[in-house]
Amino acid sequence: MARFILVRIATMLVTALCLTFIVFWLTNIGPNLEKIARSEAGSRISDAEVASWLERNGYAEPVLLRYAQWLGVAPGWTRQEADGTWRGRCLGPGETPEEAPAFCGVLQGDWGFSRVFRRDVSEVILRGLALTGALMGWVMLVMVPGALLVGIVAGMREGSRTDRVLSTGAILTTATPEYVSGVVFIAVFSSSAVGLRWFNGSATSAMDAITFQNFTLPVMTIALYGMGYIARMTRASMAEVMTSQYIRTARLKGVSFGAVVLRHALRNALIAPFTVIMLQFPWLLTGVVIVETLFNYKGFGWTLVEAAGNNDIDLLLAVSVVSVIVVLLTQLISDIGYALLNPRIRLS
Amino acid sequence: MTEPLLSIEKLSISFFTRLREIPAVMDFSVDVMPGEAVGLVGESGCGKSTVALGIMRDLGATGRITGGAIRFKGRDLVTLPEAELRRIRGREIAMIYQEPMASLNPAMRIERQLMEVPMIHEGASAAEARARALEVVRDVRLPDPERILRAYPHQLSGGQQQRIVIAMALMARPSLLILDEPTTALDVTVEAAVVELVKELGRKYGTSMLFISHNLGLILETCDRLCVMYSGEAVERGRVADVFTRMRHPYTQALFRSIPLPGADKTARPLRAIPGNFPLPHERPPGCNFGPRCDYFEQGRCDARPIPMAAIPGPERHETRCLRWAEIDWAAPPPDEGSRDPRPPGAPVLRVDDLRKYYEVASGPFGGRTTRVVKANETLSFEAREGETLAIVGESGCGKSTLAKVLLGLETATGGRVVLLNEEIQSTPVEARDPSTVGHLQMVFQNPFDTLNPSMSVGRQIIRALEVFGIGTPRDRRERMLRLLDLVKLPRAFADRKPRQLSGGQKQRVGIARAFAGDARVVVADEPVSALDVSVQAAVTDLLMDIQREKGTTLLFISHDLSIVRYLADRVLVMYLGHVVEIGSTDQVFAPPYHPYTEALLSAVPIADPRVEKTHIVLEGEIPSAMNPPPGCPFQTRCRWKHATPGMPCETEVPPLRTLAPGHQVKCHLPDDLLARMEPVIRLPEDTAA
Amino acid sequence: MEPLTWTGPLGDWLDPLLLAAAGLFGLSLVLRLLAGLVPAPAPEAVVHPDGTLGLRGGSRTTPQAWALLASRATGALVLATLAAYLVGGLLLPYGEAGIVGAMIRRFLPVWVALGATLALSFAFRRRLGLYGRIFDSPVGTTGFVLVMFWVYTAIFAGVFGWIATHDPLAAVSGMKNRPPGEPLPAATDWMAGAHYLLGGDNLARDVFSRMVMGSWTVVQIAPLATLFAFMVGITLGLPAGYRGGWLDTALSFLANLILAFPVILLFYLLVTPEVVRTGLPTWMAAAMFLAPILFVAVLLWSRFRTDPARAVPLIAAVVAAMGWVYLSFISQPGTPLDFMGRLDLFDVPPGVLVVFVAVVFVNAPTVFRIVRGLTMDIKSRDYVAAAQTRGEGPWYIMLWEILPNVRGPLIVDFCLRIGYTTILLGALGFFGLGLPPDSPDWGSTINAGRQLLSIFPHPAVVPAVALLTLVLGLNLLADGLREESLRD
Repeated sequence: MARFILVRIATMLVTALCLTFIVFWLTNIGPNLEKIARSEAGSRISDAEVASWLERNGYAEPVLLRYAQWLGVAPGWTRQEADGTWRGRCLGPGETPEEAPAFCGVLQGDWGFSRVFRRDVSEVILRGLALTGALMGWVMLVMVPGALLVGIVAGMREGSRTDRVLSTGAILTTATPEYVSGVVFIAVFSSSAVGLRWFNGSATSAMDAITFQNFTLPVMTIALYGMGYIARMTRASMAEVMTSQYIRTARLKGVSFGAVVLRHALRNALIAPFTVIMLQFPWLLTGVVIVETLFNYKGFGWTLVEAAGNNDIDLLLAVSVVSVIVVLLTQLISDIGYALLNPRIRLS
Repeated sequence: MTEPLLSIEKLSISFFTRLREIPAVMDFSVDVMPGEAVGLVGESGCGKSTVALGIMRDLGATGRITGGAIRFKGRDLVTLPEAELRRIRGREIAMIYQEPMASLNPAMRIERQLMEVPMIHEGASAAEARARALEVVRDVRLPDPERILRAYPHQLSGGQQQRIVIAMALMARPSLLILDEPTTALDVTVEAAVVELVKELGRKYGTSMLFISHNLGLILETCDRLCVMYSGEAVERGRVADVFTRMRHPYTQALFRSIPLPGADKTARPLRAIPGNFPLPHERPPGCNFGPRCDYFEQGRCDARPIPMAAIPGPERHETRCLRWAEIDWAAPPPDEGSRDPRPPGAPVLRVDDLRKYYEVASGPFGGRTTRVVKANETLSFEAREGETLAIVGESGCGKSTLAKVLLGLETATGGRVVLLNEEIQSTPVEARDPSTVGHLQMVFQNPFDTLNPSMSVGRQIIRALEVFGIGTPRDRRERMLRLLDLVKLPRAFADRKPRQLSGGQKQRVGIARAFAGDARVVVADEPVSALDVSVQAAVTDLLMDIQREKGTTLLFISHDLSIVRYLADRVLVMYLGHVVEIGSTDQVFAPPYHPYTEALLSAVPIADPRVEKTHIVLEGEIPSAMNPPPGCPFQTRCRWKHATPGMPCETEVPPLRTLAPGHQVKCHLPDDLLARMEPVIRLPEDTAA
Repeated sequence: MEPLTWTGPLGDWLDPLLLAAAGLFGLSLVLRLLAGLVPAPAPEAVVHPDGTLGLRGGSRTTPQAWALLASRATGALVLATLAAYLVGGLLLPYGEAGIVGAMIRRFLPVWVALGATLALSFAFRRRLGLYGRIFDSPVGTTGFVLVMFWVYTAIFAGVFGWIATHDPLAAVSGMKNRPPGEPLPAATDWMAGAHYLLGGDNLARDVFSRMVMGSWTVVQIAPLATLFAFMVGITLGLPAGYRGGWLDTALSFLANLILAFPVILLFYLLVTPEVVRTGLPTWMAAAMFLAPILFVAVLLWSRFRTDPARAVPLIAAVVAAMGWVYLSFISQPGTPLDFMGRLDLFDVPPGVLVVFVAVVFVNAPTVFRIVRGLTMDIKSRDYVAAAQTRGEGPWYIMLWEILPNVRGPLIVDFCLRIGYTTILLGALGFFGLGLPPDSPDWGSTINAGRQLLSIFPHPAVVPAVALLTLVLGLNLLADGLREESLRD
């Protein structure tokens, strides 16, 4: 088991390295840098001025070297200006290379500086993560039990009326992406046109204090889309288990229907959905981005949009590192959990 | 007269699909007396399992009992409310199925699954239930019951799982046990042990049994009375001895004539296949269901109206569903098909010399670094001659499939030589062989439902083989394909059909046609008939024999079924854990002296002939895993002779292959005198002429 | 001029009827759901007069039976009322049946085409294989109707220019954010085009026409992009599953790499104008769109290799034709890949190619994983072993022995994936990526409409509902297909 986890963690690191390099390369592609130069030094500057601005700010070095600097495995760039002052990746204002550390990358804990927010990247990310964590927590709290219940009740008697009604409902929610359900919810529950005004159409106030009014719509919007999917998986898994030979064995042993479902079917039927739930996390991320944009909730997803829209390189890199780690960690947890739930996989 | 424990009267069961009602069981009656074992025999689709599920009233969403009564201890199960039915299930009637792995809950420990039964039905405490479980697990003779109780199902072998299923059925001491093909998924020697156990426990607990099987031999060994089913109806009912020796229904007779009993011979007394096909449930003929396939069919009488059961005077409760049973001369020999001249074997075409195939397998579920060598084939040597049938016999894990893969070039050998027509092919994978070599060495596969590509027409698949082997020109290939269909006795119209429109036997014929497309000199047939119904087996076997006789093909017939091997093989090669343990002509292998494994194997095979006397040898334990073979002789862990002669190197040295008689070799340490003292396992009555 | 009400004079008596019927129907459904929780007595067998046996669904007095009867009756009433709207909309003069009637009439060609398709398919459904079996399942039929509604709408609006009442890009002053049914300031006659049926958006354009035209974008891109994703996924997934070993490890790693990327981030990185200017998406398109050509060439060669005299010209012809289309596809004036000149058959509109690439790129790894899993399952079958023993090459086995036999699950996934692609396209539009901002596609329209959502919901809700129905149709269709292909 330990070996398996080690291999998985090694794979994770390689994946994270590959992905961050791709992000680094794409954000540092020629036209992107030019855009930065123009936005920092003025939009009317000539091509030659762009080149010299990039040169002075360390953007002209080879991509691989700069990626190594960002990682913190190569010393940060330094250069002396004509006026004798030093500039460099690791240098604060007025510092000289001797005073500052040679390496300042991710490995040293330095995630860089966000151009858009004018703050340290780590600060921006942490604040975003905290807000998104609250959102995701509520989503999971609503979505997972609801989806499992719907799936189990539907799959318990395949083909029954209850099953058909619930399954059709589940299909409906999987066909409703967040930007559709969000728009419809806002229009119905908080617009002046319909006039119900039960909930807030914006979740900005939820950043300070979460209330029923300001958080219901964003949570429901995300939960609904994922719920149908998990419910359908659970239903399929449950229906398959219910037709299996060992359920028949249990039934013919004289076990009552309720006990068959609870004692014999449930554990086997939950193995597949567990994997699905864990793999939902990366998928939910897209939903989070949409919902945070739609409801103006300044969490991680909103940060991602801001960073990507403005090519805020350091912030974007940090965002991708975090999301990749979230994705890979959930995959790891899903594998381990699968092994724990399923005695057939467990080490003998 | 005692009351029957279970009395099924005129039971009818139907399944309802969107399009139509499909009757699965019609007008079915049977009685089971207390302490009696009743067999239910028939081919797949005859409705025997439906009867079993009907008794339990577990027919799924689409199945319904449409008529009749199932009286159990005087109560009609058909009308019993659900709650009372639950009290009978598991408590009074228990059931054992074909797939032991599938009938145990994979996520629940054995003990919980066993303890549940008395806890539900008798309100037993956990401690009582656990004590009972321990006792029953001991009763089914499982080693180390404590450990087994704590295990999960997947940690046990197939044989152990089936014993647990039996234990679970016996937990509440039921008065009726329904066994639905309980041993079909098991190896022959394991099957023999399980059957022995069931019989013994049935006696010990005084349980009545309803034993469902397609295997007449197994019914003979286990049951007192039997009921033969055909296409949803009981066609003959009576005591086992009566039905086996004095059958009074043409279907029963035809069934017995189509299975290879000792004394059948492929040249002198070939098997007689039942002509035609099993009718589909919604296309049953009027009158007698067996009519269209019956030798004694009389138009206007047999197809006029439904046939009732008729009692036969004399023997106890012997009945048949035949109008003409009194008119038929049952003693008349089968119409002579004409015996065929045996064809002497020609020159050797395939020689295997010291062949070895080892695999490296990563151990550990997550693929650790440590690898283990699995010796799938170890020093195999034999040769096969032109026109000869060489049977390769062994149970699962003996390496017979690996041998086939190496011969066909799907794997390359680790060592040794394979010579086909003077060409060494042991290390040439199939892609590197030239088309004619590939065409000369072909294979017929086991599973008819898997052997043809479901999305390609039959003709197209045969033509493809012709193309690949470079036979004929693009123009005349269609004609050649049609001639191949003639060869396997299929109508030419089948060329444009998709495999799903064919029955199992027909698919297997297409598979044979495909194998012979490249003028095969050697055909490896991997259990070609074991997945087919008894009545179809004979036809496909005979077809193979006919083609062989016509073309002089060498047949390597891989099988675990010694009955069919005795019927058709010229020579037999017995394998165990990758080793050849015995090789010789069919007569030599089937008569003493035996290799101890061959002896056990012969004794394990059920024979559907009450006149045959058999020595019962039950092998202890399971077949060891090829991943972890025992030291010394591969068979030493289960050999009953090992202790007969102390001081033997069985546990340390692999025995050499000794020649006992010309062409007869045995891999065994046992001294000559002991081998000479061995007695035949199967004794035929002297008057084999009848 | 008067604005149109939702259902016009027709609605004065139809609306209350519909409301009542729908309310009763909903109530009866709830009853049925509740009744379904109570265990039903088993239906009893009855002997019909002709001697056959049949089933009778329980007795007539159970709550289940009553609930069933009630829901059937009220359901029929709802359907009848809806049919009345349809007939009324088609027959009554413009305006008499309100906005709904006017829209129903605009969709007249769609109704005709849909009716013909359904009638023909239903009549011949027994001879149409899996396609025909869709009509055995109510779920599949519903899905099919929804999908075909949008397909026909897209074709009639996009190719023939019917259905839409106004130019989707033209603004009419005074119509900014007007509610549904608002007449144009210049309109005088009661005729089609006199009103903005579903109101005006924040740039005073007709919401109805934009929704109709938006379907054309979706119907053009989504199926084709999904098809390409399948080509790429199949071309890579088959060898990964069949061969296994390092090839599988490498390809699976790559697939997981792409799957670990948050989709939105990927879109932002690929679809921004700066990245597009470097030509990266074009190069990716050049690489990815090679897959179909390779696929077809290998497919044909593996089949006809035994007969080179026929194989070589056939493959040459097919590859040449596909190659030309391929080169036209990737060669775009104004991008780094512009070399076809006058031989260029067609130009893909700017932005569309990039969106296309991004969508294929996101979908292909999932298809890869599905194909790989299915291949690993099928490759242990005897017919694959039979092909191996007659010396077939690996590509023949993969493409002719394995692929045709996994088509069932792939077709089902194809339907689902078109739906998912539609959602992705919408998401791209929602973030304002790829397509030009004035494009009428549903995602962009929702994005434009969401600013003033709380005050004027209609510009965003209309395309949202349109997208919802299309994706729902695809999901229902996939579900119906899955159910039917699992049967026997």
